[in-house]
Amino acid sequence: MHELSLAEGILRLVQASAVREQFTQVAVLRLEAGALAGVEVGALRFALEALRHGSCLESARIEIDEVPGRAWCEPCAAEVRISSRADPCPQCGGYPVRVLGGDRLRVMDLLVHEQEART
Amino acid sequence: MCVVCGCGGSDGVGGEAQRSAAVVQPQDLHYGAGPAGVSIPGLSQTRTITLEADVLGANQQLADRNRAHFQAHGVRALNLLSSPGSGKTTLLCATILALRERAPHVPLAVIEGDQHTRLDAERVRAAGAPAIQVNTGRGCHLDAQMVGDAFARLDLHDHAHGHHHGHGHRHPHGHGHDQSHDGGHPPALLFIENVGNLVCPALWDLGEAAKVVILSVTEGADKPLKYPDMFAAASLLLVNKTDLLAHVDFDVAQCIAFARRVNPGLQVLELSATRGTGMDAWLDWLLQVPPRPAPVPSAAGAEDAAALRARIAALEAQLAALQGQP
Repeated sequence: MHELSLAEGILRLVQASAVREQFTQVAVLRLEAGALAGVEVGALRFALEALRHGSCLESARIEIDEVPGRAWCEPCAAEVRISSRADPCPQCGGYPVRVLGGDRLRVMDLLVHEQEART
Repeated sequence: MCVVCGCGGSDGVGGEAQRSAAVVQPQDLHYGAGPAGVSIPGLSQTRTITLEADVLGANQQLADRNRAHFQAHGVRALNLLSSPGSGKTTLLCATILALRERAPHVPLAVIEGDQHTRLDAERVRAAGAPAIQVNTGRGCHLDAQMVGDAFARLDLHDHAHGHHHGHGHRHPHGHGHDQSHDGGHPPALLFIENVGNLVCPALWDLGEAAKVVILSVTEGADKPLKYPDMFAAASLLLVNKTDLLAHVDFDVAQCIAFARRVNPGLQVLELSATRGTGMDAWLDWLLQVPPRPAPVPSAAGAEDAAALRARIAALEAQLAALQGQP
Protein backbone atom coordinates (compact mmCIF):
# COMPACT_ATOMS: atom_id res chain seq x y z
CA MET A 1 0.00 0.00 0.00
CA HIS A 2 2.90 2.37 0.71
CA GLU A 3 4.13 1.74 -2.84
CA LEU A 4 1.97 4.67 -3.97
CA SER A 5 3.94 6.98 -1.66
CA LEU A 6 7.19 5.48 -2.94
CA ALA A 7 6.05 5.98 -6.54
CA GLU A 8 5.32 9.63 -5.73
CA GLY A 9 8.83 9.90 -4.28
CA ILE A 10 10.28 8.42 -7.48
CA LEU A 11 8.31 10.86 -9.63
CA ARG A 12 9.51 13.79 -7.50
CA LEU A 13 13.15 12.69 -7.88
CA VAL A 14 12.75 12.39 -11.66
CA GLN A 15 10.96 15.75 -11.93
CA ALA A 16 13.70 17.46 -9.91
CA SER A 17 16.25 15.91 -12.25
CA ALA A 18 14.24 17.14 -15.27
CA VAL A 19 14.50 20.72 -14.00
CA ARG A 20 18.23 20.38 -13.33
CA GLU A 21 19.13 18.51 -16.48
CA GLN A 22 16.72 20.18 -18.92
CA PHE A 23 14.80 17.23 -20.31
CA THR A 24 11.08 16.69 -20.76
CA GLN A 25 10.71 12.97 -21.43
CA VAL A 26 12.38 9.88 -20.00
CA ALA A 27 13.02 6.93 -22.31
CA VAL A 28 14.12 4.46 -19.63
CA LEU A 29 13.86 4.71 -15.85
CA ARG A 30 15.98 2.20 -13.96
CA LEU A 31 15.20 1.44 -10.33
CA GLU A 32 16.86 -0.86 -7.84
CA ALA A 33 14.65 -2.57 -5.27
CA GLY A 34 16.38 -4.51 -2.52
CA ALA A 35 14.65 -7.66 -1.31
CA LEU A 36 14.69 -6.18 2.22
CA ALA A 37 13.48 -2.71 1.18
CA GLY A 38 9.87 -3.51 2.08
CA VAL A 39 8.75 -2.95 -1.50
CA GLU A 40 6.33 -5.14 -3.41
CA VAL A 41 7.60 -4.70 -6.96
CA GLY A 42 4.25 -5.51 -8.62
CA ALA A 43 2.49 -2.92 -6.48
CA LEU A 44 5.20 -0.37 -7.24
CA ARG A 45 4.75 -0.92 -11.00
CA PHE A 46 1.01 -0.53 -10.60
CA ALA A 47 1.45 2.72 -8.66
CA LEU A 48 3.90 4.11 -11.23
CA GLU A 49 1.42 3.27 -14.01
CA ALA A 50 -1.24 5.22 -12.15
CA LEU A 51 0.99 8.29 -11.70
CA ARG A 52 2.94 8.53 -14.95
CA HIS A 53 0.26 10.02 -17.20
CA GLY A 54 1.00 13.63 -18.07
CA SER A 55 4.44 13.45 -16.45
CA CYS A 56 7.93 13.10 -17.86
CA LEU A 57 7.55 9.34 -17.27
CA GLU A 58 4.57 9.18 -19.65
CA SER A 59 6.33 7.05 -22.28
CA ALA A 60 9.21 5.66 -20.20
CA ARG A 61 10.12 2.01 -20.03
CA ILE A 62 10.49 1.19 -16.36
CA GLU A 63 13.13 -1.35 -15.41
CA ILE A 64 13.27 -2.57 -11.83
CA ASP A 65 16.39 -4.51 -10.82
CA GLU A 66 15.57 -6.70 -7.87
CA VAL A 67 18.69 -7.23 -5.80
CA PRO A 68 18.98 -9.85 -3.04
CA GLY A 69 19.19 -9.06 0.65
CA ARG A 70 22.73 -9.38 1.97
CA ALA A 71 23.40 -10.36 5.56
CA TRP A 72 26.23 -11.42 7.83
CA CYS A 73 25.96 -14.71 9.69
CA GLU A 74 28.04 -14.59 12.87
CA PRO A 75 28.40 -18.39 13.41
CA CYS A 76 29.40 -18.93 9.76
CA ALA A 77 31.47 -15.71 9.71
CA ALA A 78 30.23 -15.30 6.16
CA GLU A 79 28.08 -13.09 4.02
CA VAL A 80 24.85 -14.81 3.00
CA ARG A 81 21.78 -13.95 0.94
CA ILE A 82 18.34 -13.69 2.50
CA SER A 83 14.94 -12.69 1.14
CA SER A 84 13.35 -11.60 4.44
CA ARG A 85 14.60 -10.25 7.75
CA ALA A 86 12.98 -13.29 9.35
CA ASP A 87 15.04 -15.73 7.28
CA PRO A 88 17.59 -17.95 9.02
CA CYS A 89 21.10 -18.26 7.65
CA PRO A 90 20.79 -20.41 4.50
CA GLN A 91 24.05 -22.19 5.37
CA CYS A 92 23.70 -23.09 9.05
CA GLY A 93 19.99 -22.44 9.65
CA GLY A 94 20.87 -20.27 12.62
CA TYR A 95 19.90 -16.83 13.89
CA PRO A 96 20.42 -13.99 13.95
CA VAL A 97 21.76 -12.66 10.70
CA ARG A 98 22.72 -8.99 10.48
CA VAL A 99 21.52 -7.10 7.40
CA LEU A 100 24.32 -5.63 5.29
CA GLY A 101 22.51 -4.48 2.17
CA GLY A 102 19.65 -4.92 -0.26
CA ASP A 103 17.43 -2.87 2.02
CA ARG A 104 16.94 0.21 -0.12
CA LEU A 105 14.82 1.41 -3.01
CA ARG A 106 16.83 3.65 -5.31
CA VAL A 107 16.46 5.52 -8.55
CA MET A 108 19.63 4.41 -10.33
CA ASP A 109 19.62 6.22 -13.64
CA LEU A 110 17.55 7.69 -16.40
CA LEU A 111 17.92 7.51 -20.15
CA VAL A 112 16.37 10.76 -21.33
CA HIS A 113 15.47 12.25 -24.69
CA GLU A 114 17.55 15.31 -25.41
CA GLN A 115 15.77 18.54 -26.20
CA GLU A 116 15.97 19.11 -29.94
CA ALA A 117 18.98 21.35 -30.60
CA ARG A 118 18.18 24.56 -32.45
CA THR A 119 20.14 25.25 -35.60
CA MET B 1 23.60 19.49 -2.49
CA CYS B 2 20.21 19.59 -4.19
CA VAL B 3 17.68 20.91 -1.67
CA VAL B 4 14.79 19.26 -3.48
CA CYS B 5 15.84 15.64 -3.39
CA GLY B 6 19.05 15.70 -1.36
CA CYS B 7 21.12 14.05 -4.05
CA GLY B 8 24.81 14.75 -4.16
CA GLY B 9 24.94 15.45 -0.44
CA SER B 10 27.77 14.53 1.84
CA ASP B 11 25.39 13.08 4.44
CA GLY B 12 24.94 9.74 2.69
CA VAL B 13 21.67 10.67 1.02
CA GLY B 14 22.46 10.07 -2.61
CA GLY B 15 26.08 10.50 -1.76
CA GLU B 16 27.21 7.82 -4.17
CA ALA B 17 26.05 9.82 -7.17
CA GLN B 18 29.61 10.44 -8.40
CA ARG B 19 30.37 6.78 -9.11
CA SER B 20 29.36 5.95 -12.64
CA ALA B 21 31.41 6.75 -15.68
CA ALA B 22 28.14 7.02 -17.64
CA VAL B 23 27.48 10.50 -16.26
CA VAL B 24 27.27 13.05 -19.04
CA GLN B 25 28.37 16.50 -17.99
CA PRO B 26 25.20 18.59 -18.15
CA GLN B 27 26.96 21.63 -19.58
CA ASP B 28 28.28 19.69 -22.58
CA LEU B 29 26.37 19.18 -25.78
CA HIS B 30 27.47 15.95 -27.43
CA TYR B 31 25.37 15.07 -30.46
CA GLY B 32 27.03 11.75 -31.11
CA ALA B 33 26.28 10.20 -27.73
CA GLY B 34 22.93 8.64 -28.67
CA PRO B 35 22.36 4.93 -29.25
CA ALA B 36 22.97 5.41 -32.97
CA GLY B 37 26.33 7.02 -32.27
CA VAL B 38 25.56 9.79 -34.75
CA SER B 39 23.33 12.82 -34.91
CA ILE B 40 20.35 12.46 -37.25
CA PRO B 41 18.38 15.67 -37.67
CA GLY B 42 14.77 15.27 -36.52
CA LEU B 43 15.52 12.22 -34.37
CA SER B 44 15.98 12.83 -30.70
CA GLN B 45 19.23 11.68 -29.09
CA THR B 46 19.27 10.28 -25.61
CA ARG B 47 21.67 10.52 -22.70
CA THR B 48 22.02 8.77 -19.39
CA ILE B 49 21.68 10.63 -16.10
CA THR B 50 22.93 8.79 -13.04
CA LEU B 51 21.02 9.53 -9.84
CA GLU B 52 21.53 6.56 -7.49
CA ALA B 53 19.22 8.39 -5.12
CA ASP B 54 17.36 6.82 -2.24
CA VAL B 55 13.62 7.17 -2.82
CA LEU B 56 13.17 7.78 0.90
CA GLY B 57 16.02 10.31 0.95
CA ALA B 58 13.73 13.37 1.03
CA ASN B 59 11.82 11.93 4.00
CA GLN B 60 15.10 11.09 5.70
CA GLN B 61 16.27 14.69 5.46
CA LEU B 62 13.05 15.94 7.04
CA ALA B 63 13.30 13.24 9.72
CA ASP B 64 16.86 14.33 10.53
CA ARG B 65 15.60 17.91 10.79
CA ASN B 66 12.80 16.79 13.14
CA ARG B 67 15.32 14.86 15.25
CA ALA B 68 17.54 17.94 15.65
CA HIS B 69 14.45 20.03 16.36
CA PHE B 70 13.22 17.64 19.09
CA GLN B 71 16.66 17.54 20.66
CA ALA B 72 16.94 21.32 20.68
CA HIS B 73 13.56 21.55 22.37
CA GLY B 74 14.37 18.90 24.97
CA VAL B 75 11.69 16.59 23.60
CA ARG B 76 11.93 12.78 23.59
CA ALA B 77 9.76 11.65 20.67
CA LEU B 78 8.47 8.08 20.49
CA ASN B 79 6.87 6.50 17.45
CA LEU B 80 4.16 4.04 18.57
CA LEU B 81 3.42 1.34 16.02
CA SER B 82 1.09 -1.64 15.86
CA SER B 83 -1.66 -3.27 13.88
CA PRO B 84 -5.19 -1.87 14.38
CA GLY B 85 -6.80 -3.06 17.60
CA SER B 86 -3.68 -3.70 19.70
CA GLY B 87 -4.85 -1.16 22.27
CA LYS B 88 -2.47 1.64 21.30
CA THR B 89 -4.82 4.50 22.14
CA THR B 90 -6.02 2.87 25.37
CA LEU B 91 -2.39 2.37 26.38
CA LEU B 92 -1.61 5.97 25.48
CA CYS B 93 -4.49 7.32 27.58
CA ALA B 94 -3.52 5.10 30.53
CA THR B 95 0.09 6.23 30.13
CA ILE B 96 -0.90 9.91 30.16
CA LEU B 97 -2.94 9.43 33.34
CA ALA B 98 -0.13 7.49 35.04
CA LEU B 99 2.51 10.03 34.04
CA ARG B 100 0.38 12.92 35.30
CA GLU B 101 0.32 11.13 38.66
CA ARG B 102 3.95 10.05 38.83
CA ALA B 103 5.79 12.79 36.94
CA PRO B 104 3.47 15.82 36.80
CA HIS B 105 6.37 18.10 35.88
CA VAL B 106 7.03 16.28 32.59
CA PRO B 107 5.34 18.07 29.67
CA LEU B 108 3.43 15.70 27.37
CA ALA B 109 1.93 15.94 23.92
CA VAL B 110 0.56 13.57 21.32
CA ILE B 111 0.47 13.47 17.54
CA GLU B 112 -2.32 11.13 16.46
CA GLY B 113 -2.16 9.51 13.05
CA ASP B 114 -5.27 7.96 11.52
CA GLN B 115 -6.64 7.76 8.03
CA HIS B 116 -9.89 9.39 9.11
CA THR B 117 -11.68 10.99 12.09
CA ARG B 118 -10.51 12.99 15.09
CA LEU B 119 -11.73 10.37 17.56
CA ASP B 120 -8.33 9.38 18.92
CA ALA B 121 -7.14 12.97 19.46
CA GLU B 122 -10.37 13.62 21.38
CA ARG B 123 -9.72 10.54 23.56
CA VAL B 124 -6.18 11.74 24.28
CA ARG B 125 -7.33 15.29 25.10
CA ALA B 126 -9.94 13.84 27.44
CA ALA B 127 -7.10 11.98 29.19
CA GLY B 128 -5.40 15.31 29.75
CA ALA B 129 -2.72 15.76 27.08
CA PRO B 130 -2.66 18.20 24.17
CA ALA B 131 -3.04 16.36 20.87
CA ILE B 132 -2.88 17.14 17.17
CA GLN B 133 -4.79 14.79 14.87
CA VAL B 134 -3.17 14.08 11.53
CA ASN B 135 -5.50 12.47 9.01
CA THR B 136 -3.57 10.76 6.26
CA GLY B 137 -6.59 10.19 3.99
CA ARG B 138 -5.64 7.26 1.76
CA GLY B 139 -2.11 7.27 3.22
CA CYS B 140 -1.15 4.25 5.27
CA HIS B 141 1.57 5.86 7.43
CA LEU B 142 2.81 9.13 8.88
CA ASP B 143 5.81 10.75 7.25
CA ALA B 144 8.41 13.17 8.56
CA GLN B 145 6.80 16.22 6.99
CA MET B 146 3.44 15.50 8.67
CA VAL B 147 5.14 15.13 12.05
CA GLY B 148 7.20 18.30 11.60
CA ASP B 149 4.09 20.28 10.67
CA ALA B 150 2.11 18.84 13.59
CA PHE B 151 4.92 19.50 16.08
CA ALA B 152 4.97 23.18 15.09
CA ARG B 153 1.34 23.42 16.25
CA LEU B 154 2.02 21.95 19.69
CA ASP B 155 2.81 23.89 22.84
CA LEU B 156 5.72 21.47 23.39
CA HIS B 157 7.38 23.40 20.60
CA ASP B 158 7.69 26.27 23.09
CA HIS B 159 8.76 23.95 25.89
CA ALA B 160 12.39 25.00 25.99
CA HIS B 161 11.74 28.65 25.34
CA GLY B 162 8.47 29.70 26.92
CA HIS B 163 7.45 31.84 23.97
CA HIS B 164 6.13 31.49 20.46
CA HIS B 165 8.64 31.72 17.65
CA GLY B 166 6.02 32.33 15.04
CA HIS B 167 8.06 30.55 12.41
CA GLY B 168 7.50 27.80 9.88
CA HIS B 169 9.73 24.78 9.67
CA ARG B 170 11.25 25.86 6.43
CA HIS B 171 12.56 29.08 7.90
CA PRO B 172 15.88 29.25 9.62
CA HIS B 173 15.58 29.00 13.36
CA GLY B 174 17.15 31.54 15.60
CA HIS B 175 17.73 29.22 18.50
CA GLY B 176 20.53 26.98 17.35
CA HIS B 177 19.36 23.45 16.50
CA ASP B 178 22.95 22.31 16.48
CA GLN B 179 23.06 22.75 20.23
CA SER B 180 21.42 20.16 22.39
CA HIS B 181 18.84 21.07 24.94
CA ASP B 182 20.83 21.94 28.01
CA GLY B 183 18.92 22.53 31.11
CA GLY B 184 16.47 24.17 33.35
CA HIS B 185 13.56 22.21 31.85
CA PRO B 186 12.58 18.59 32.52
CA PRO B 187 12.64 16.52 29.31
CA ALA B 188 9.29 16.47 27.57
CA LEU B 189 7.64 13.42 26.01
CA LEU B 190 6.05 13.48 22.57
CA PHE B 191 4.05 10.39 21.65
CA ILE B 192 3.46 9.87 17.95
CA GLU B 193 0.71 7.30 17.45
CA ASN B 194 1.19 6.06 13.93
CA VAL B 195 -1.53 4.70 11.65
CA GLY B 196 -2.49 1.17 12.73
CA ASN B 197 -0.40 -0.88 10.32
CA LEU B 198 2.49 -3.28 10.87
CA VAL B 199 3.93 -2.88 7.38
CA CYS B 200 4.28 0.57 5.86
CA PRO B 201 5.16 2.80 8.86
CA ALA B 202 8.35 0.76 9.41
CA LEU B 203 9.92 2.44 6.38
CA TRP B 204 9.33 6.09 7.28
CA ASP B 205 11.65 7.63 9.84
CA LEU B 206 9.84 10.47 11.61
CA GLY B 207 12.81 11.75 13.62
CA GLU B 208 11.79 9.81 16.72
CA ALA B 209 14.21 8.78 19.48
CA ALA B 210 12.80 5.25 19.35
CA LYS B 211 10.15 3.14 17.70
CA VAL B 212 7.91 1.25 20.13
CA VAL B 213 5.95 -1.65 18.64
CA ILE B 214 2.86 -2.87 20.49
CA LEU B 215 1.55 -6.38 20.05
CA SER B 216 -1.47 -7.64 21.97
CA VAL B 217 -1.95 -11.22 23.12
CA THR B 218 -5.18 -11.45 21.10
CA GLU B 219 -3.01 -11.42 17.97
CA GLY B 220 -0.73 -14.19 16.74
CA ALA B 221 2.53 -14.81 18.56
CA ASP B 222 4.15 -15.33 15.15
CA LYS B 223 3.58 -11.73 14.02
CA PRO B 224 7.28 -10.83 14.47
CA LEU B 225 8.11 -13.37 11.75
CA LYS B 226 5.23 -12.31 9.52
CA TYR B 227 6.09 -8.60 9.75
CA PRO B 228 9.84 -8.71 10.44
CA ASP B 229 10.67 -5.23 9.11
CA MET B 230 8.63 -3.56 11.84
CA PHE B 231 10.14 -5.64 14.65
CA ALA B 232 13.63 -5.11 13.22
CA ALA B 233 13.14 -1.33 13.28
CA ALA B 234 11.80 -1.14 16.85
CA SER B 235 13.75 -0.52 20.06
CA LEU B 236 11.04 -1.72 22.43
CA LEU B 237 8.26 -4.30 22.15
CA LEU B 238 5.25 -3.92 24.43
CA VAL B 239 3.19 -7.09 24.81
CA ASN B 240 -0.22 -5.66 25.70
CA LYS B 241 -3.49 -7.10 27.08
CA THR B 242 -1.67 -9.62 29.28
CA ASP B 243 -4.81 -9.74 31.47
CA LEU B 244 -6.36 -11.82 28.66
CA LEU B 245 -3.59 -14.46 28.62
CA ALA B 246 -5.78 -16.92 30.53
CA HIS B 247 -8.37 -16.78 27.74
CA VAL B 248 -6.23 -16.95 24.62
CA ASP B 249 -3.67 -19.29 23.13
CA PHE B 250 -0.67 -16.95 23.07
CA ASP B 251 2.84 -18.10 23.97
CA VAL B 252 4.60 -14.96 25.27
CA ALA B 253 8.05 -16.60 25.43
CA GLN B 254 7.71 -17.86 21.86
CA CYS B 255 6.60 -14.42 20.66
CA ILE B 256 9.61 -12.77 22.31
CA ALA B 257 11.95 -15.41 20.85
CA PHE B 258 10.54 -14.74 17.35
CA ALA B 259 10.95 -10.98 17.84
CA ARG B 260 14.56 -11.33 19.01
CA ARG B 261 15.29 -13.58 16.05
CA VAL B 262 14.86 -10.53 13.79
CA ASN B 263 16.13 -8.03 16.37
CA PRO B 264 18.47 -9.49 19.02
CA GLY B 265 18.74 -6.17 20.89
CA LEU B 266 14.98 -5.65 21.21
CA GLN B 267 13.79 -4.72 24.71
CA VAL B 268 10.49 -6.26 25.80
CA LEU B 269 7.94 -5.28 28.44
CA GLU B 270 4.67 -7.06 29.21
CA LEU B 271 1.71 -5.04 30.41
CA SER B 272 -2.03 -4.62 30.59
CA ALA B 273 -3.09 -1.05 29.90
CA THR B 274 -6.62 -1.67 31.19
CA ARG B 275 -5.54 -3.36 34.46
CA GLY B 276 -2.37 -1.34 35.04
CA THR B 277 -0.14 -4.41 35.35
CA GLY B 278 3.39 -3.72 34.17
CA MET B 279 2.79 0.00 33.73
CA ASP B 280 5.53 0.97 36.22
CA ALA B 281 8.26 -0.62 34.12
CA TRP B 282 6.89 1.12 31.02
CA LEU B 283 6.92 4.46 32.83
CA ASP B 284 10.49 3.75 33.99
CA TRP B 285 11.44 3.18 30.37
CA LEU B 286 9.71 6.39 29.27
CA LEU B 287 11.36 8.44 32.01
CA GLN B 288 14.65 6.65 31.36
CA VAL B 289 14.88 5.31 34.89
CA PRO B 290 17.40 2.42 35.04
CA PRO B 291 15.68 -0.98 35.22
CA ARG B 292 14.82 -2.10 38.74
CA PRO B 293 16.25 -5.30 40.20
CA ALA B 294 13.94 -8.30 39.98
CA PRO B 295 11.34 -8.12 42.73
CA VAL B 296 11.89 -10.30 45.78
CA PRO B 297 9.26 -13.08 45.88
CA SER B 298 6.43 -11.92 48.10
CA ALA B 299 6.66 -15.03 50.36
CA ALA B 300 10.21 -14.03 51.31
CA GLY B 301 8.99 -10.74 52.67
CA ALA B 302 7.36 -12.55 55.55
CA GLU B 303 10.44 -14.53 56.39
CA ASP B 304 12.91 -13.12 58.84
CA ALA B 305 16.68 -13.11 58.37
CA ALA B 306 17.13 -16.24 60.43
CA ALA B 307 14.72 -18.21 58.28
CA LEU B 308 16.52 -17.03 55.13
CA ARG B 309 19.89 -18.04 56.60
CA ALA B 310 18.45 -21.43 57.39
CA ARG B 311 17.26 -21.80 53.79
CA ILE B 312 20.70 -20.82 52.47
CA ALA B 313 22.35 -23.36 54.75
CA ALA B 314 19.95 -26.10 53.63
CA LEU B 315 20.54 -25.29 49.96
CA GLU B 316 24.31 -25.20 50.47
CA ALA B 317 24.13 -28.62 52.10
CA GLN B 318 22.12 -29.90 49.14
CA LEU B 319 24.69 -28.47 46.73
CA ALA B 320 27.59 -30.01 48.66
CA ALA B 321 25.84 -33.40 48.59
CA LEU B 322 25.32 -33.13 44.83
CA GLN B 323 28.95 -32.12 44.24
CA GLY B 324 30.10 -35.06 46.36
CA GLN B 325 28.41 -37.53 44.01
CA PRO B 326 30.61 -39.26 41.41
